[in-house]
Amino acid sequence: MNKILILFAHPRYEKSRVNRALRRGLAGLENVTVHDLYEEYPDFNIDVPREQKLLREHDIIVWHYPLYLYGPPALIKQWMDLVLEHGWAHGEGGNQLVGKPIFNIITSGGTRASFAPDGFNRFTLMELLRPLEQATHLCRMRWFPPFAVQGTYRLSDAQLADYAERYRRLLSALAEAADLEPLGKFELLNDWIADLIRKEQP
Amino acid sequence: MSDTLLGQAIVYLAAALICVPIAKRLGMGSVLGYLLAGILIGPFALGFVGREGEDIMHFAEFGVVMMLFLIGLELEPAHFWRMRSQILGLGTLQLALTTLLLGGGLLLLGLGWRGALACGLALAMSSTAIVLQSLKEKGLGGSQAGTSSFAVLLFQDVAVIPILALLPFLALQAATGGAHGEAPGLLAGLPVWLRAGSVLFALLAVIVAGRYIVVPLLRIVTKTSVRELSVAAALLIIVAIAYLMMLVGLSPALGAFLAGVLLANSEFRHELESDVEPFKGLLLGLFFIAVGASINFKLIADSPGTVFSLMLAIVVVKAAVLAAAGKLFRLSFDQNSIFALGLSQVGEFAFVLLAFIHRLEIVGGDWIGILMAVTALSMALTPLLMLLNERLVLPRFGTRQQSEEREADAIDTEHPVIIAGFGSFGSTLGRFLRANGVEATILDNDSDQVDLLRRMGFQVFYGDATRLDILRSAGAEKARILFIAIDNPATVDSLVTTAKKHFPQLKVMACAGSTLAAHDLIEVGVDAVYRDFLDSSLRAGVEVLADLGHRRYTATRAAQHFMKYDEAAMRQLAPHRHDQGVYISNARELIRTQEQLLAKDRASRHNQHDHAWDTDSPVTAATEKL
Repeated sequence: MNKILILFAHPRYEKSRVNRALRRGLAGLENVTVHDLYEEYPDFNIDVPREQKLLREHDIIVWHYPLYLYGPPALIKQWMDLVLEHGWAHGEGGNQLVGKPIFNIITSGGTRASFAPDGFNRFTLMELLRPLEQATHLCRMRWFPPFAVQGTYRLSDAQLADYAERYRRLLSALAEAADLEPLGKFELLNDWIADLIRKEQP
Repeated sequence: MSDTLLGQAIVYLAAALICVPIAKRLGMGSVLGYLLAGILIGPFALGFVGREGEDIMHFAEFGVVMMLFLIGLELEPAHFWRMRSQILGLGTLQLALTTLLLGGGLLLLGLGWRGALACGLALAMSSTAIVLQSLKEKGLGGSQAGTSSFAVLLFQDVAVIPILALLPFLALQAATGGAHGEAPGLLAGLPVWLRAGSVLFALLAVIVAGRYIVVPLLRIVTKTSVRELSVAAALLIIVAIAYLMMLVGLSPALGAFLAGVLLANSEFRHELESDVEPFKGLLLGLFFIAVGASINFKLIADSPGTVFSLMLAIVVVKAAVLAAAGKLFRLSFDQNSIFALGLSQVGEFAFVLLAFIHRLEIVGGDWIGILMAVTALSMALTPLLMLLNERLVLPRFGTRQQSEEREADAIDTEHPVIIAGFGSFGSTLGRFLRANGVEATILDNDSDQVDLLRRMGFQVFYGDATRLDILRSAGAEKARILFIAIDNPATVDSLVTTAKKHFPQLKVMACAGSTLAAHDLIEVGVDAVYRDFLDSSLRAGVEVLADLGHRRYTATRAAQHFMKYDEAAMRQLAPHRHDQGVYISNARELIRTQEQLLAKDRASRHNQHDHAWDTDSPVTAATEKL
């Protein structure tokens, strides 16, 4: 069983209907640690040794955040700058995260269709995540496609409940997965879960 | 008129008041002014003072004693240690070489070797009083010339102890009878070894008393909070030591110096400094006047050739030795010229030594008279030499700029921050600054508290921060920030006013215990006011909100907003506080301010301004329908 660390960052969580629903769906998952960064570090004063210990103790790392203006919230960047230390995560002797899988859970107002070369947002989600991807590459981590909950403004309660269920499925599947390699071929992990659900149905 | 004490006081004070400003106006410095005043009222000009000039001299030597006490006070052991190579190197070189050359010269002039050696030693002394006073007036105290001069003077002052102790040996062998080899004080007639023993004993007594009697005594005195008492205590310390030293035949100045060094590390350093300073200044002035008055113009008139040529020869030899030593210690040309010419006179210790030599009959009275005259004349010459150097030599040959840059390695006892009041606010601030490598000079007027903090390793000084002289000795002239962390509003008011008036470069920051106190501080012109309750009550507020289920980050931002808003509200209300008349009571004013604040709170709903990360009204939603 893989232990999963969710680094959750939402500066206005109390106002986010979508993220509250997603997190409610995680209740009771045994191998999942939800680490609420904005609640832990409201003054941005991150406890680096504690974060590094958490990283060591988990097998799969997840950044979970809303996309604002095409990037993660500021605390994610602060976390990266402080925790992914030279000599610990990268650089000489920095091999603590080698081979560790990492991916993003992203909520965005824009729909999946709008994140395309001919769409409103002009770039795909993967393209917009390039700086994060390269940072994890520097740490020799294994980068996987994101799971995205999109078009959040117009999600009906039923659709939201479906997303929350799929998020839960994703995490339990990851916790049980022996080999993550096949995941790399999907554009979004949403597609992997959709495949799994399709196969289960007769 | 000059027969009575009051009459004499009038003569001396008036002479000083007339001559010193004139001398200063002419750019000659106060020392020369005092000397001229002395000559003017002396027996050979106006004749207001005659023989009593010599008596005055004894009294005035007390100025020198106090000066050495102050020098000692400023000399922390750490500072002393930093200067050790200069003190020992330059000092030994100057004293040995000068004694050798001058003694050799006197030998050629027909003195016996013992007399030549004794007088050589006496003439090698320079005048601490004149040199330090002049350097301080010209602002050269911290320059290389200043520290080198200080090093040499210090060495000489210390060297007087063994010299005084050794002179009787020279006498013992010179005088056949021994009956008229009369040492001063109690020890007359004692065998030499006993004398040396009692000298050692006296020094030890000063050291022990300084540590175990004086400091506890000062603590008791300061607790009474009567200002005159601490002045009285300071004077008593000096007088008592001087008396003890005279009993055993040592120079009182040295004892005072020793006591000063012992107290340099105590919390009373600044207090003592400012207590003694005015007396020192006045008595030093008196001393210079007495030197002027005691110049024996009759002797000079009788054999002007001898006196003047002897004086010139001595000054030239001394300056040459100093210049060579300075060159060896890599002083630049202009620093070296200030150093060498500045120390070229024969100093006040020569009077003491020569008198002692005379008493011991090592050298005859005629010689002593001439050398005394030479000493006084050379002291009068120094300010003139320095003036000439400053006006004629340096502008032509000097390179002023180069030396200025190196001053930094000289003395760095001044800290950039002064914290007045070391209660919980001040000490937290001090600890934080220290943790970040910034040392602060700390002033507190609770001697128990000071004592405790000193044991914890803080550099805290006892003193009333509202006093200008204490602020000055705490380094307010060079500090950048004065932080006031004192509870008492009246004290704070007077401190701010003093600081703003005398140290305009100083940024004044203060903490306030209430919003009203903050208004007061803004009114008297404090640059930055910190209400000590604001940050912690808002921090507590964040915790309360978080416990009630609010997001911590949102609560933190709300607190940050609130703090900004509250600061602005406080500044807005500050100017209006006296609107309702001067006689409004403090309590009523407090209630009124609170009311105004609460009304403002309701009017502005701060958190509503925070639209950041708002997921309700999407920016992109409208266009996305495409």
